[in-house]
Order: sequence, then structure tokens, then C-alpha cells
Amino acid sequence: MEFSETFASAFEALSLNKLRTALATLGVVIGIGAVIALVSLGQSGQKAVQSQIQSLGSNLITVIPGAQTTGAVRQAAGGNTTLTFDDAKAILVSPQVTSVANVSAELSRRAQVTAGRNNTNTQILGATPAYPEVRKLTMSSGSFFTQRDVDSASKVAVVGPQVVSDLFGEGSNPVGQTIRINRLSFSVIGVTTSKGGTGFLNQDDIVFIPITTAQKQLFGVTYIGSISVEAKSEKQINQARDEVGYLLLSRHRISDPASADFSIFSQEDVLGAANQITSTFTALLSGIAAISLLVGGIGIMNIMLVTVTERTREIGLRKALGAKKRWIISQFLTESVLLTFVGGILGMILGTGLSFIISQFIKLPFSISFSSIALAVGVSGGIGILFGWYPAQKAAHLSPIEALRYE
Amino acid sequence: MADTIIQVSHLSKVYKNEAMETVALSDVSFHVHKGEFVAIMGPSGSGKSTLMHILGALDLPTSGEYILDGENVEKLSADKLAEIRNKKIGFVFQAFNLLPRTTALKNVMLPMVYAGVSKEERVKKAKKYLEMIGLGDRMDHTSSQLSGGQQQRVAIARALVMNPALLLADEPTGNIASVQAEEVMAIFQQLNNEGHTIVMITHEPDIAEHAKRIIYVRDGKITGDSHDHRQRIAAKK
Repeated sequence: MEFSETFASAFEALSLNKLRTALATLGVVIGIGAVIALVSLGQSGQKAVQSQIQSLGSNLITVIPGAQTTGAVRQAAGGNTTLTFDDAKAILVSPQVTSVANVSAELSRRAQVTAGRNNTNTQILGATPAYPEVRKLTMSSGSFFTQRDVDSASKVAVVGPQVVSDLFGEGSNPVGQTIRINRLSFSVIGVTTSKGGTGFLNQDDIVFIPITTAQKQLFGVTYIGSISVEAKSEKQINQARDEVGYLLLSRHRISDPASADFSIFSQEDVLGAANQITSTFTALLSGIAAISLLVGGIGIMNIMLVTVTERTREIGLRKALGAKKRWIISQFLTESVLLTFVGGILGMILGTGLSFIISQFIKLPFSISFSSIALAVGVSGGIGILFGWYPAQKAAHLSPIEALRYE
Repeated sequence: MADTIIQVSHLSKVYKNEAMETVALSDVSFHVHKGEFVAIMGPSGSGKSTLMHILGALDLPTSGEYILDGENVEKLSADKLAEIRNKKIGFVFQAFNLLPRTTALKNVMLPMVYAGVSKEERVKKAKKYLEMIGLGDRMDHTSSQLSGGQQQRVAIARALVMNPALLLADEPTGNIASVQAEEVMAIFQQLNNEGHTIVMITHEPDIAEHAKRIIYVRDGKITGDSHDHRQRIAAKK
């Protein structure tokens, strides 16, 4: 009994009832399509998040106040005041620290900003002139503030494009105009280039002012919010991390690194955390899609059981004429695998198309991995075998007499 | 004996379910030699269908021995039985049992598919037997395009195509008009004249008339076995 024979007979049997075949296949098409679309969109999302995080600056490590431990003795949030501007300056000038290219001290709060009749609630970021270098920020007009502005705590501001459109209208140039932050007047000296990003990651909805101005005049604090450190190269990130860590420990007079009053994390840590989140989401969504695939498989099993019952006489006849169990099994398995395999291929086309359209729509990079296609095709074939097995066994074990008598 | 096709000794078949045992056949013994044309006759419930199933290797006896063309059949596995049916037995059923929506040619080819005969050989042989049976011009017709008599002739061609030791017919004229029934019986007689061994189950005396020997079955036992026409006619009355 050659395979071509089995295949031809399976194809013939399936083409006899086209509507039923199409409907049975549809379950698998939707299941496989959903899995491929969601995995592909998940991967696209992951890539988008990665590239956004990388656009925040390369070779970057960040120091934030607060203990690294997440245990019971963690300090209250109000206690996160352990980093000072002097810490940041020390990192740059200390002879112990050799692997650091640039240091940026930052203090960030949200505040109400007004210009004329317009106002917006935005992020106020106290920074140093090193910020554009460290965070890969460029100017679309005007310039960033200088060391002199920081030293004299002058009231100048650099605004992001989102703030420009909120306060002055889209496309206008606010350089030279005045904005008010918490009743203090600042003159706008520059506008940053758009970096894109949405929600948490929106880097355009921001106002930069000298960190000293932010500390003394605006918020009345002596600490800073975080220190961004740029390592000289990617290879030196871990070295920079250690050097900065030990320097700050000694500056804060802490001997045990486990009780440090600050935390250091690198871009990689952030990427890792982001990847973990997106992978979890992808896995969750794929899991839901896999359930629809399971339902599709059960549909196949149902149809195959109906087919076996309908063709009881035929099975009996085939057995009477000398068909062995093996042949009956392979005949019905071929039918179910053919159903699911065709469903898998159609589902792959559907899923790819769907994820392409959606990624265009929500402006994600489109990506489809070969592995998810291979998986879909393999899984669809596997489902054919898995859910076709019981009906095929049922057919093969029919008694030829009973089967011939069946009306 | 070299020319014994069927050798049945002390054959019994008991059907069991939870409540009761039903004896379908009890202690049946007989021989059929090569070239015989035997009709097995009996009223419904006599056990003749059970006997036909066992002779056809579709079912196994509860006890006793059945040797078909030199091979012991009574204790074989399901797959081995399938092989015996394929190689040694040609079935002709009351309801024809052709595959629906399938051409006459493909129907006749089916047993050869299971025997692993090559495609060219299958087509060649199937055509030969269809022509022999007088349906050379209907090879591409599906069963619904053929009359009852024609369908039964396709079934006969299918039964012959593996050149079986035994042609086993179960009420072969039960579902067809009497004129066509005569045609079918004429084919059986001709096949018998050519040397084919035929066992036919029937409850119709005038169909049984066409056989050379009649075995009467009643209540699971053989009640008569005659090679003699007069005896047969006497039994009918």
C-alpha cells in the first residue's frame, strides 16, 4: 500500500464534503493564525521596547538612591535622599574611577508649566550639561544650558517638542519666550529633537532646567534623584559599575556592600526586566491562542468521529476485502493530518498577514520568525495525529461483520 | 485431501452477553471440494449467516476446526484474517457493497490495492475481469449509475480479481430484480463450470436450485446435505 494511494484516497474523501472540510479546517486556521500573529506581535513589541531603551543612551549605568535589598528592612520612600550632586561630581573626578566617560546628575519631578494662557503638567528634569551627551539628546533649535548656568542656578529651560506643541502650538519656535514653572519664570533657550516613545517612555514631554536651579529654587532640596554614568565602552560597563559602587560606598562611609544606601543598574538590567515583561505577555497571549488551537483540534476529532461513523459500512467492506488495521489507521490519520496541515498553512498565512496589518497600524516593526512558522506547521501536523488517533483507532477496531451490517 | 477447499469439523459458535448465551452453531462438520457449487439454505435465525461469517474468515468459531485451502483459520489474528480474506476469498454481498461515488474500475481494483499489486497490473486485471463479466463499456460508471444487476456483476468481478480459492456469496440475488437475478446466477454457473469453487448462502429455493449441492441448516445444525436433485425437491415439499 503506497503512500500516494493513501493520500489520494484521503484527498478524495475530504473533497466529497467540502463545506464540512472547510469548517473543520477553519478551527485550526484560526488557532494557528492566532498563535502566529500573537507571537509575532509580541516579538515586535519586544524589539520596539529594546530599541527605545537603547535610545536612552548606550553604555549607560544608573545610580538611584535607596537600598538594593527588597527585604523587610527597606527604608521608606521618603528616605531616598542619599545621593548628592557632590557624589556625581566625585565620580567624574575621582582617580579611582577610570572607566567612566561622562556623568550626569538628575533630579526629576512633575510640575505645572504655563505659558501665556496655556498650561501643561509635565516632567521637570534638573540636569547638567553632560545630559545631552550621556542620553544621546540632540537639539532642534537653540542650545542646551551650560556649566555657567548650572553654577549660577540661572532660570533657563530647554523644552521637549511635546511641551512646545502643548504650550505654544505645534511648529512654533519658543526660543526666547518665557514659561512659568510653579510661579517662577524661566526663559526658553532650546528645543530638543523628538525621540518618540509613548507613555512612560515619552521623552518629548519634558522640560530641562539646570539641576542647581531645580534643587534650590524650584523644589528646595539638597539631594539629587539619580546619576547617569556613561562607561567608556560596552566592555567597561561592569568595571564602571564596580568603580562607581566602591567610590560611593566609601563616600557614604559604608563598609558592607550589602547595606548600601543606593542601587546601581545597567541598561542591560533594564533591558532584561523589559524583556521579561514582554516575554511574559507574549507567553500569556500565546497560551490563550493555544487554547483556540486546542478547540480547533477537538473540532477535527469531532469531524473524524462523525466520518468514521458515517463510513462504517465502507470500513467494514474494506476490512472484508483484506484491509489490515494498519491501513485503516493510516487512511484516517492521513485524512486528519491533511485537514490540520492545510489548516496550519492557511493559518500561517492568516497570522502573518494579520500581524503585518496590526504592526503597520500601531507602528511596530514587523517581524516574523522562521521558528514560529516551523512550530505552527509542526504543531498543526501534530494536532492531526493527536486528535485523529482515537477516531482512526476506533475505525480500525470495528468488527467487519458489525460494520457490514451497519445501516 | 489435496482438492479439499473447506474442511469444517465440530464447529460451534456461541454468542454471550450479560444475560444469556445464544448458540448459533453447534457441532457443524462438512467438506467442500474444489470445483463444487454449494448452496447453504435455511430460514432466518438458522445460523447460516454465522456460518457464512466463519467461512468468510470474518469471524472466529468458539470451538472446532476450520481449514480453508490448507490453512487453519480458527485461531488467527485480525490482520492475518484480513490477509486470508484478501488472498483466498472472493465476497459477493446481498447489498453489493460497492464504494459509493467510485468508478466500477476502482471498485474492482480495491482488493489488489491491499495485496500490494502494482498500479499498471491492477488496471490491467480489473479491466480484464470487467470485460469478462460484460461491463467493459461501463468501467467509468459509479455505482449509482449502474442497475442492481450491473452492480452485482461489478461485485463479482471484484470477488474474482484476486483469483480466490473460494467464492463466497451471501444472498447474491436478494436485492435485484428476478430477470437480472437469473443473469447473475448464470454467471455463477459459468464460473463454476470454469472450475471456481462457490459457496452461496440463500433462503430462496429457486436460487438454491442453481447449485449442485445443497446444505440445509436449521437451529445451528446441519439437517440435510444432498448432491441429489430428487432429494432436494422432496425436501422442498
